[in-house]
Amino acid sequence: MKIMWNRHFRLFIGVVFISTLCAAGSKELRFAIAGDPRTFDPLHVEESNSETIRYLTAGVLVRVNRLTDQIQPELAERWELLDGGRAITFHLRAGLRFSDGSALTAGDVARTLNRALDPKEGSATGDTFRSGQVNPEVRVVSPREITIRYKEPKAGLDRLFDSLAIAPPAPAKLPASAGAFFVSEYHSGEYLRLARNTYYWKRDAAGKQLPYLDTIRLDIQQNHDIELTRFLRGELQVVNRLDAESFDRVARENPPAARSLGASLDPEFLWFNQAPAKNMPEWKRKWFISPVFRRAVSGAIHRDDIARIVYRGHAHVAAGPISPANRFWFNAALQPLMAEPPGAALKSLATEGFTLRDGVLRDRDGHAVEFSLITNTGNRARERTAALIQDDLRHIGIRVNVVTLDFGSLIERITKTLDYDAGLLGFNNIELDPLEQMNVWLSSGQEHAWWPAEKSPATPWEARIDELLMKQSSESSREVRKKANDEVQRIAVEQAPIIFLVYPDYLCAIAPAVRGAQPAVAPPQVLWNIEWLRLE
Amino acid sequence: MRAIYRRVASALLVAVALCALLAPRIAPYPYDTQFRDSPAAPPGRQFLMGTDDIGRDRLSRLIYATRISVILAPAAALVSIALALLISSVGGRAIGGLITICLSLPWIFLFIILRAELPLNTGPAESILLTFGLMGVAGWAWPARVFAASIAQMKQSGWLLQARAAGISGWRIGLVQAWPHLRSVAWAQFCMLAPNYILLEASLGLLGLGVSDPVPSWGNLLQDLQRPDVVKANPWVLAPLGLLMLVMISLEALQPSRELAL
Repeated sequence: MKIMWNRHFRLFIGVVFISTLCAAGSKELRFAIAGDPRTFDPLHVEESNSETIRYLTAGVLVRVNRLTDQIQPELAERWELLDGGRAITFHLRAGLRFSDGSALTAGDVARTLNRALDPKEGSATGDTFRSGQVNPEVRVVSPREITIRYKEPKAGLDRLFDSLAIAPPAPAKLPASAGAFFVSEYHSGEYLRLARNTYYWKRDAAGKQLPYLDTIRLDIQQNHDIELTRFLRGELQVVNRLDAESFDRVARENPPAARSLGASLDPEFLWFNQAPAKNMPEWKRKWFISPVFRRAVSGAIHRDDIARIVYRGHAHVAAGPISPANRFWFNAALQPLMAEPPGAALKSLATEGFTLRDGVLRDRDGHAVEFSLITNTGNRARERTAALIQDDLRHIGIRVNVVTLDFGSLIERITKTLDYDAGLLGFNNIELDPLEQMNVWLSSGQEHAWWPAEKSPATPWEARIDELLMKQSSESSREVRKKANDEVQRIAVEQAPIIFLVYPDYLCAIAPAVRGAQPAVAPPQVLWNIEWLRLE
Repeated sequence: MRAIYRRVASALLVAVALCALLAPRIAPYPYDTQFRDSPAAPPGRQFLMGTDDIGRDRLSRLIYATRISVILAPAAALVSIALALLISSVGGRAIGGLITICLSLPWIFLFIILRAELPLNTGPAESILLTFGLMGVAGWAWPARVFAASIAQMKQSGWLLQARAAGISGWRIGLVQAWPHLRSVAWAQFCMLAPNYILLEASLGLLGLGVSDPVPSWGNLLQDLQRPDVVKANPWVLAPLGLLMLVMISLEALQPSRELAL
């Protein structure tokens, strides 16, 4: 009995020793995502959790370098833009394989693209590859060569392929991938594990196969406070996005982990509802469609206070619709929008018949100027921003009623019923290229905030924006496109249909043990060069 | 000892009520003045309880919030109790089902739907009255359940049968005979509902339904307590909670004897 016990004890000690060694040797990066991914099918990704998985597992033909904004080869070793941007030919690397070991050829690229373009699939990725309603012609030239041809030139054609994850022929619950990792485990509501793709093509300068990490564990954690606490305890190694308060906490408790990259790509803004709405009296709508009124409101807001107080100094005053962090596309002629003295705003409002009487601003017909400002409940930064705006506008006699609504009710009002006066929200920009913002600025766009899906441009300046955007969308020269986009930004600031406030800084936390991280402001920020990350 | 306890409680409640009524005179600053150079300031000579995230004086906001919460939460509780008494005395046993249905309704979602349908340009005063008014109307079922049980018990008592046999009218029995018996139940319910309504107002604030900024209430001041790091760094944000507890303990002390003479 004693001998048996000794044997069992030795066996137990051995197991513990081996597993300790394995744990010490394994290179697993841990971070959290806010919820379960809705799909593992890269063509049907529509929310951020699935997008993170898509990015980490996707094998793409080219990759936009998030730091330099240059396109770099991935599965395609080279490519040519042909016929003035109407066509593109990709040359694939030799010996490419999916994570299940099957070969990856130009046929897989064609099949993936055709599936994305199939209207029955309803793929959002496919929409970006269409030109108008027309699908491009996809032709496999050889197992390593494929050409995609459009009838008209398409702006940023090569960059589009950064978002097309080449899929294997066999569908699976946890599909194989051609990227650095593949999904190896999924426990709904708990965590996902990504394992390294042993067939991944990329190697470092010393010839070592990438990625360096063996696995990535993504814990599903909705509560950001818990996520932060776990990071500070050392249970997680990356927090990909922090608010100003959390960032200050990390900076206090673990200074080397706190990283700030300056202004993000995502503006905070307010806008007035200019659409004819049944519950809005015509006299009120007249205020909102007046550029003088909008500019006066814009000029009365102390954006520097919003940046300093609400974002604790971790935000930059906006100059226009594109962030200064977006170096190529930002119109450098635009200056940060600083507040004017109340007298200047009142003087310009007087030209439209507004007068200040007993501390109340009244229009030409004697109506007191008062409007509601809606924003989403639970967002502390927006609630505080609204309180500052409310106080700023009180100084020019405007009464603002701040109303916080749950997100569903808010979206219903601003997109369907149009029953609101003004809104306070933010954009989440994924791409640096302003093509992504066309849906906001085109008068026919569904996200044309101040008047969604106008039948025709209501003003000459909207018609001019439409013209400039359409022209640049079929232009292959980045310089020509830049010129058109600069003019769009200038008009947007001059007419102020959207009043840009601040660009909150991009803040994140990276444990010092994580090496090789080069966080960028463009999503997926810290994770964009995942194959180069390693743990020490 | 009990008498001293009650006197202290009465004095405290009078002090709080005076504070509430004289808020504009005793508060150092208006509740909505933003001292933008001093956001999140610690207590000091200029701001005795410090300032909030956007530089508003916490003490002034607490004094004004007391005015709203101390008057309106009890008012809403009174509305609930009055409705509950009326419905349970008129409805008799038949309202048992109605009470069960009302108690099982997801009120929070109904509040959200209702708020989404309300006009957005509702001023702060209307918003406050609406919030507490809705709480008062929606909260009748909780005390009604207790009243219904008490009334059912009372109906079997000898004195009620005697009163009926003597030909005394129902209203007179209710007001002169039954009410003294129900008063302590009503007071206990009031003491339970009033703080609940203050806390409910805080929860509704999270959903954008409570008293809206910049008007302060105990409810929206208590929202700071959701952030443990803020509480840890600035323990003075607990002041509204301390005041709420003091008021509730004082109300409890003033409660009459709970023994019912049935």
